[in-house]
Amino acid sequence: MKLNKQIPSAVSRNYNVNEKGYYGDFGGAYIPEMLYPNVEELRQNYLKIMAEESFQKEFRQLLKDYVGRPTPLYFAKRLSEKYSTKIYLKREDLCHTGAHKVNNTIGQILMAKRLGKTRIIAETGAGQHGVATATVCALMGLECIVFMGEIDIKRQAPNVARMKMLGAKVVPATSGSKTLKDATNEAIRDWINNPLDTHYIIGSVVGPHPYPDMVARFQSVISEEIKTQLKEKEGCENPDFVVACVGGGSNAAGAFYHYLNEPEVGIIAVEAAGKGIDSGESAATSVLGKVGIIHGSKTLLMQTADGQITEPYSISAGLDYPGIGPMHAHLFASGRGEFISITDDDAMKAGLELCKFEGIIPAIESSHALAIFETRKFKKDDVVVVNLSGRGDKDLDTYIKYFNL
Amino acid sequence: MSYFYIMNRIQSKLSEDKKLLSIYFTAGYPKVNDTVEILQQLEKSGVDIVEIGLPFSDPLADGHTIQASSQTALKNGMTTDLLFRQLKDIRKTVSMPLILMGYFNPVLQFGVENFCKKCAEIGIDGLILPDLPLAEYEEHYAEIFRKYNLINIFLITPQTSEERIRQIDAASEGFIYMVSSASVTGSSSGFGEEQEAYFKRIASLSLKNPQIIGFGINNSETFQQATKHAKGAIIGSAFIKMLSEEGITGISAFISAIRKV
Ligand SMILES: Cc1ncc(COP(=O)(O)O)c(C=O)c1O
Repeated sequence: MKLNKQIPSAVSRNYNVNEKGYYGDFGGAYIPEMLYPNVEELRQNYLKIMAEESFQKEFRQLLKDYVGRPTPLYFAKRLSEKYSTKIYLKREDLCHTGAHKVNNTIGQILMAKRLGKTRIIAETGAGQHGVATATVCALMGLECIVFMGEIDIKRQAPNVARMKMLGAKVVPATSGSKTLKDATNEAIRDWINNPLDTHYIIGSVVGPHPYPDMVARFQSVISEEIKTQLKEKEGCENPDFVVACVGGGSNAAGAFYHYLNEPEVGIIAVEAAGKGIDSGESAATSVLGKVGIIHGSKTLLMQTADGQITEPYSISAGLDYPGIGPMHAHLFASGRGEFISITDDDAMKAGLELCKFEGIIPAIESSHALAIFETRKFKKDDVVVVNLSGRGDKDLDTYIKYFNL
Repeated sequence: MSYFYIMNRIQSKLSEDKKLLSIYFTAGYPKVNDTVEILQQLEKSGVDIVEIGLPFSDPLADGHTIQASSQTALKNGMTTDLLFRQLKDIRKTVSMPLILMGYFNPVLQFGVENFCKKCAEIGIDGLILPDLPLAEYEEHYAEIFRKYNLINIFLITPQTSEERIRQIDAASEGFIYMVSSASVTGSSSGFGEEQEAYFKRIASLSLKNPQIIGFGINNSETFQQATKHAKGAIIGSAFIKMLSEEGITGISAFISAIRKV
């Protein structure tokens, strides 16, 4: 195993959040005063609650019996042969509800209950996080309201139906560009209007501190399991590389978490280039973004020169967010992470390839991570773990249209 | 150029023995070049303080009316740079205190120091940046604001703890923007007992800064209710609604109706 990257010495080498809620220069809580009591309540309690034995017990039990963890770490033999390297897939696609999102919603619903909250709100883009939130609310018998952009509601009809079947109320976000960022704005506005009884289950490692850290901790079960499983299979906890797609960055944060301070493990974050970096239709925030404030966090985001947040584009609705979480902004700025962007076409090709080579239909988000093997070369004995964040059922429509199936 | 302390227009206005009427409007709405004329009309109508809203694509703390006006303003081509150009000579015709209100990201992109410098050149007296938190302000920006004699206005809400209200009072040099209820802008219709109790509670704290109440004030009645317990009140959404229905010519009648007891 080898050293992957030289890290510039001027920037922080601490890749976890500091006591002020920052990863290097990124993070913090840039929120209006109306949100301060809610966010502060969470900030003061989240670590305490997560450390409670009863919390850990309930969290672990649900991950095991309800979500189906641990998810397998699968050696993808035929794919490995094709790219002459050792590729392992972390099978988050096998989680209940079809993606890693549920690790976070299980954790946050338990948090909400301990904070005495009775009403749950969430934002969703493609509907994956909305479904995962509606699921845990049904499980706990709590009221659930999911904000979803009006345009996304039309694009993602099956997930809207799922949320409704699970008892959630889906509220269309009709402001702004009527997609994920506006659904997030609406959720935040709802929280301002309902400060006492409501918990906001945010869907990724974004938003004001402590959300990015809390969500990363809930998702960190992914890399915790990879360590144990890799030890069994390769006799060593550390791979040479961990690869994950980044929308807001929660599956990546979970897959990277226990490797952040292991410099011999290369971290590869894959963003959606959409129709190409220079096409004007892209979601590759690390390339196209600048430092700014989005949804209460100082991070990299796509914006105009005047500081107006712009609408990203990707064929995969889950990667269609104009920012990235502050942890990832820091991984990028510090050089700790290698960032690669993958176009719609390359992702779709890689998705179909996984179907044909391994009998697994991946979510298009995850297909972006799989697509790097065409251009990013690895050594024959490199161990590369790809986080397969979700399954492709929700994307069948897109696959059908794209490949004329 | 050296900056020495002069009494800011906001501070002199606050020292007047009267209840203050403050108006918020979104720059670039209804039409992109309406800014100066709206300000002149407001001054002529006897408004005490004006908040000029810098439109933002993602206004988290705003309800439908201000969201919609911001979106229209951006579509109309309003930018930070254009607003500064429009306001270049504003002090030749308008003497009331002027506050810029907006979200932090556009200010950050303009450059905080650069932004403050421009404000000082034009004669802007204060800023309200709801998503710039107290701690960040004090650590990174307070010095810059002071250098350009800009007053930073903080918000409090019914949920703000007394301890934090006292911190905010200590950090404030003008007035405290008292949000009337737990809500985004433009969502209340009339004040109930709960708000009355909150207004009284804050009034009884004897803070060093006067309070001006905003959010949910939309007519003469709510203006009277609010100013019974506070130095003044701010009208935003109701004013913007009037602008969209009647345009600039409706301003003077709107303001006199508010002032009517
Ligand atoms: C399967 C899948 N992967 C990845 C993502 C992107 O989110 P994040 O970057 O937070 O993991 C989503 C979001 O909906 C998703 O559904």
